[in-house]
Amino acid sequence: MLSIKNLHASIEDKPILRGLDLDVKPGEVHAIMGPNGSGKSTLSYVLAGKEDYEVTDGSATLDGEDLFAMEADERAAAGLFLAFQYPLEIPGVATMTFLKAALNAQRRARGEGDLPTPQFMKLVREKADGLGISTDMLKRGLNVGFSGGEKKRNEILQMALLEPKLCVLDETDSGLDIDALKVVSEGVNALRAKNRSFVVITHYQRLLDHIRPDIVHVMAKGRIVRTGGPELAHELEARGYADYVGEAAA
Amino acid sequence: MPAVQETVARVREIDVDQYKYGFVTDIESDRAEKGLSEDTVRFISAKKGEPEWMLEWRLDAYRRWRTMVEPDWARVDYPPIAYDELYYYSAPKSTPGPKTLDEVDPELLRTYEKLGIPLREQEVLAGVEQRRVAVDAVFDSVSVATTFKKELAAAGVIFCPISEAIREHPELVKKYLGSVVPTSDNFFATLNSAVFSDGSFVYVPKGVRCPMELSTYFRINERNTGQFERTLIIADEGSYVSYLEGCTAPMRDENQLHAAVVELVALDDAEIKYSTVQNWYPGDAEGKGGIYNFVTKRGDCRGRNSKISWTQVETGSAITWKYPSCILRGDNSRGEFYSIAISNGRQQVDSGTKMIHLGKNTTSKIISKGISAGRSQNTYRGLVSAHRKATNARNFTNCDSLLIGEQCGAHTVPYLEAKTSTAVFEHEATTSKISDDQKFYCQQRGLSEEEAVALIVNGFVKDVLQQLPMEFAVEAQKLISISLEGSVG
Ligand SMILES: Nc1ncnc2c1ncn2[C@@H]1O[C@H](COP(=O)(O)OP(=O)(O)OP(=O)(O)O)[C@@H](O)[C@H]1O
Ligand SMILES: [Mg+2]
Repeated sequence: MLSIKNLHASIEDKPILRGLDLDVKPGEVHAIMGPNGSGKSTLSYVLAGKEDYEVTDGSATLDGEDLFAMEADERAAAGLFLAFQYPLEIPGVATMTFLKAALNAQRRARGEGDLPTPQFMKLVREKADGLGISTDMLKRGLNVGFSGGEKKRNEILQMALLEPKLCVLDETDSGLDIDALKVVSEGVNALRAKNRSFVVITHYQRLLDHIRPDIVHVMAKGRIVRTGGPELAHELEARGYADYVGEAAA
Repeated sequence: MPAVQETVARVREIDVDQYKYGFVTDIESDRAEKGLSEDTVRFISAKKGEPEWMLEWRLDAYRRWRTMVEPDWARVDYPPIAYDELYYYSAPKSTPGPKTLDEVDPELLRTYEKLGIPLREQEVLAGVEQRRVAVDAVFDSVSVATTFKKELAAAGVIFCPISEAIREHPELVKKYLGSVVPTSDNFFATLNSAVFSDGSFVYVPKGVRCPMELSTYFRINERNTGQFERTLIIADEGSYVSYLEGCTAPMRDENQLHAAVVELVALDDAEIKYSTVQNWYPGDAEGKGGIYNFVTKRGDCRGRNSKISWTQVETGSAITWKYPSCILRGDNSRGEFYSIAISNGRQQVDSGTKMIHLGKNTTSKIISKGISAGRSQNTYRGLVSAHRKATNARNFTNCDSLLIGEQCGAHTVPYLEAKTSTAVFEHEATTSKISDDQKFYCQQRGLSEEEAVALIVNGFVKDVLQQLPMEFAVEAQKLISISLEGSVG
């Protein structure tokens, strides 16, 4: 599904990712943990194609397609979804309008026609209900005045609607209360499928109690420094990152 | 509103291609000499078959105009206009127009395609030779106009070219023409008074709600209006009328200077809603060949409880100089101004409004959304004033600017004058930029960069778009996206 080899990337000439390798197979859930500033968000942005990030070496492919040869919107249409650590607000654009524009843009890019409005409405309603998102929220400006938890749920709604192949979740659990964490995790779990993979960036075991990862990675100073099973997350929770920070620096 | 849909549906039924291009006049023999003199004014008046009083009115304006100087306070910059080198009536092409569409600015053609305009109509809009005059003539005889007229006549509404009104309804024209924008008002209005070629006249009698949106929606009809357009709308007591001006397709015109005057009069309890979509040719990438649009639009809330509302979407022209205003004379009268002004490329926009509170308990509201992209300059200039007798005057102004890119400018110039301590003016203004993060967020969801910008901009202007009649709003939304093309990347 996702294959990253020796990825180096910098921002404003400052190297952030320094030789990162990652292989995610269809259906797998990978967790990436690591200290603040280790480059987790940077990795997600580089994969999604944010400007300002310069890939200086290495490669990344999604189902064999070279991600770096595509624009950000093409990557989205190819099936890459990023749930933002800080979702953006767009005043005056109703959430519903945004969802429709996004879905239809992707459908068009894949050579499918626009989804007829009644079908679209039905689809959104279904998915929104499951996430406890009200009709009123769908009418409001995108993320405008949404609480932190509402913004995160809205990210999952978009993910559910767009049905991506690869979902990258950047600290989707931060700022969620216990109930919201459950709702969001259930939303994610409902999307787990044989040919859909997840990369879940988080600081906390509690998310991984709900979304059970197959593989856990530790990232430090722009590289994956250790890979293990779910037990690795527990170990980190108990011991912190001290070992890895030293190791990567060496 | 059902009336709009009906109008639009009927307009849609007309297939432009089904009309043959008959030909009427030889334009060469039907034009005034180059330049402006008393003789030019007499020539125009005679061509229009005007009565003596109208000629005198024009001549008076002409003589005043000769003593006036062009204003220079607006934040626009253009080479001096050689008024004596212009044609003022039925101007033939001073430079030959394009022979075929192949000779037309490809950017313009691309826009037509995006708007889904049929080829034949594209030729007309682009001013391809041979077609232009003929089409005007043909469309004069189009039956749809007649159908509309019958329905309006049944309601007692007069809606006709102003030249016809001068002949057929002199008592109304005499009473109201120049009563809102006097011939001496300003350089461009005075020029218009002397040489206006045509425009619309509307009279809605007492207590009548006009049965349909009055619209020059039909693009081709627009060709008639010429460079010095004059519009006069009178809503008698307790009446209501909504008037739509302009069209979304960018029009080319070899007449670079446009100086229109629009006068609105609302008597007791009457309401006029005037909506404009202005999309004149803005010029090529370097700004060459674009229209200079100097417009004087003013509404007089003459009666008690009257209301005038201006809504405008300005996307075209190289230079826009335009301040649709309301004189709130009647007690409890209300003025509104909703504006979207978009500038891209090298366009210069200096636009805004004036709300002059004269009567008691008068209220006004101003919502202005300026969007600047490319190397354009976009200025909002607004005056709100309350006269000594305008007790309890209220104004709310919201003036937002959005910048796209680094090389454009947005400026806000509000003037406030309150001569009564009971007046309350509220003013809000913001300037923002489309952030790269917002764009990236949209792109991550699958929108292209241009789609992202269009979406964000449409969100920004939503409050104003909502004021437009539904059908117009949809077109305007499309137009906004097109106007901003090339503003990113
Ligand atoms: N625009 C920028 N300019 C300069 N440095 C930046 C920029 N954006 C990020 N960085 C730096 O890149 C490094 C990695 O940041 P990143 O946000 O990827 O870390 P993270 O692992 O996601 O951290 P956290 O756990 O706090 O979210 C940090 O040192 C950060 O300061
Ligand atoms: Mg981060």
